[in-house]
Amino acid sequence: MGQIEWAMWANEQALASGLILITGGIVATAGRFTQWYFGAYSIAAGVLICLLEYPRGKRKKGSTMERCGQKYLTTVVKLFGPLTRNYYVRAVLHFLLSVPAGFLLATILGTVCLVIASVIYLLAAIRGEQWTPIEPKPKERPQVGGTIKQPPTNPPPRPPVEARKKPSVDEEEAASAGGPQVNPIPVTDEVV
Amino acid sequence: MGNWLANHWLSVLFLVSWLGLNIFLFVYAFLNYEKSDKYYYTREILGTTLAFARASAFCLNFNNMMILIPVCRNLLSFLRGTCSFCNRTLRKPLDHNLIFHKLVAYMICVFTAIHVIAHLFNFERYSRSQQAMDGSLASVLSSLSHHEKEGDSWLNPIQSPNTTVLYATFTSVAGLTGVIATIALVLMVTSAMEFIRRNYFELFWYTHHLFIVYIICLGTHGLGGIVRGQTEESMGESHPYNCSSSFLEWDKHEWSCTRPHFVGHPPESWKWILAPITLYIFERMLRFYRSQQKVVITKVVIHPSKVLELQMRKRGFSMEVGQYIFVNCPSISFLEWHPFTLTSAPEEEFFSIHIRAAGDWTENLIRAFEQQHSPMPRIEVDGPFGTVSEDVFQYEVAVLVGAGIGVTPFASILKSIWYKFQRADNKLKTQKIYFYWICRETGAFAWFNTLLNSLEQEMEELGKMDFLNYRLFLTGWDNNIAGHAALNFDKTTDILTGLKQKTSFGRPMWDNEFSRIAAAHPKAAVGVFLCGPRTLAKSLRKCCQRYSSLDPRKVQFYFNKETF
Repeated sequence: MGQIEWAMWANEQALASGLILITGGIVATAGRFTQWYFGAYSIAAGVLICLLEYPRGKRKKGSTMERCGQKYLTTVVKLFGPLTRNYYVRAVLHFLLSVPAGFLLATILGTVCLVIASVIYLLAAIRGEQWTPIEPKPKERPQVGGTIKQPPTNPPPRPPVEARKKPSVDEEEAASAGGPQVNPIPVTDEVV
Repeated sequence: MGNWLANHWLSVLFLVSWLGLNIFLFVYAFLNYEKSDKYYYTREILGTTLAFARASAFCLNFNNMMILIPVCRNLLSFLRGTCSFCNRTLRKPLDHNLIFHKLVAYMICVFTAIHVIAHLFNFERYSRSQQAMDGSLASVLSSLSHHEKEGDSWLNPIQSPNTTVLYATFTSVAGLTGVIATIALVLMVTSAMEFIRRNYFELFWYTHHLFIVYIICLGTHGLGGIVRGQTEESMGESHPYNCSSSFLEWDKHEWSCTRPHFVGHPPESWKWILAPITLYIFERMLRFYRSQQKVVITKVVIHPSKVLELQMRKRGFSMEVGQYIFVNCPSISFLEWHPFTLTSAPEEEFFSIHIRAAGDWTENLIRAFEQQHSPMPRIEVDGPFGTVSEDVFQYEVAVLVGAGIGVTPFASILKSIWYKFQRADNKLKTQKIYFYWICRETGAFAWFNTLLNSLEQEMEELGKMDFLNYRLFLTGWDNNIAGHAALNFDKTTDILTGLKQKTSFGRPMWDNEFSRIAAAHPKAAVGVFLCGPRTLAKSLRKCCQRYSSLDPRKVQFYFNKETF
């Protein structure tokens, strides 16, 4: 079990707890149960937790599968810096958020699940894990024109090897400077 | 669509009947509790949520019964074996056992949610009617307490106006077991999410054993008799139709109606889950018994790319092609069992597995064998269990596709072919095999080089070069390798593998391959077998559907995917 990143499981557990809190809260509020205001709180807490936990952090080893559409929330969560990066903070936050929901039967399931998530986050924090956002890889733009090499500097018709071997720096410079092709040997068009 | 249906009609039928049963049971129980006279007074306090809670409970019982069966591997293998005379479509659903297990699990989650929400309303209404002072029927019913001289004839489990629902829940058997079971369920589901399961398998495996807690809580959930209905005797004396409107006069002696008597519903979950639990216990005992049998390791080979091959023998072990075993190494981890496909042929004296370093357990195992301590670590084996590859010889033409380590079941098949050829086995239905091996790095080729080499020679000697048509694809190539290959283009053997068949680079173009095969075998039933990633399965499945002819007598492609 050495390679387990507890934070990944804590993240799933916290997300599930958030959803359970929202559901319990809706039931309590819609049914106007006794002390239903705890239910209203629970909906708000659940939404906050879901928003916080939706962006999955990056795994230490290997590739991480992003959740659908998480990049928008990643930018928001990233803004809080150490508050969201550090798992001790998350553990304490989840524990505190879960306490008020524990007073109502409809939401107590969410409380227990969130407390479990908080404990797992604590374990993750003790093992030194951190939340790193999944950054989108910058798309490598193909360099336009980068692979186009210089056109051949000595196109046919070419004089025989002996004539070519005569070094003539000026002529070569003139030839490689571009412009209209200058034939090293005069070419005639034989038309009968 | 038509082709997919032809291949999967039994699975579809099974799923549709399961869904249909769920709907039927829900409606049946709902109508029972909503209309029955027995619960007239109970409904007076609770309303429709009683029926919702009971109907979802009924469906939960049904689904809890179903969930243990797909994971009884030995039972399923036995069914596969006895069904060998059935045609291949009938055995397909057995391959999808894990998918069914997950579907049933999702259904359990849905019904649990309905059940919990309905009971939340129920408890709230019980609490309110206990506190109500308005002299309504509900409050009169609630005042029927435990201390009646007629005995245990209460209706409302919340006995005093000061009891909160929280207290009532946690002091009743039903409430406490319900909460614990639901928490166990939530933990099981979160650790079984695909992401966690694939990357941190041990966590999933250990947490999933919480199902024991879940089952115990489920069995004891109904012990309190908290769902109360009127007794038969009481209904005979004072039927609710006659007596409900005159509830203020029940205590008067001259009145024909007396107080109604209630009795609790006995627990019935255990009736549903007893049989599957027994089957599962038997399954685990069988696994344990099989694992205790002595396994002798005859040979250990360490291949490049950190691949370990173990050749073993065990008394009474017999296998078929493409089956898999579960392996446990007590010195590494006492409780973990990991599945591996057998790479040896049934004709061989030993059985072997190839293990690649893919996580904690596998890396520790490879390290333990690399160190060559004089006593080799003890290995326990359970199996073999069957999967689709057993079907490969039933098809006239077989297309085998293995990606990376996914080639292991097919290694077993190819070896078996080699032996069958040696023994000139005429019962081989297969006329032609197309084998595609897609791999990222060259080191991984080394293990089966010898096998493919000997197969090539074999084919040449027997003059049957056209029986096995294989192509190897290297997807992780770079300019270096490509340049090398280009330079050695004229050589007869491939520079990377030394085989006569040249390695291709990049991924296969399936459309070309499939149209070629369809053209070469216009009337055959072609079985396509894949062991590899899901994206590849998707493209292969599409090709199978596209190139299968609409005429059932012409070429038909049947797709089979191996899952772990």
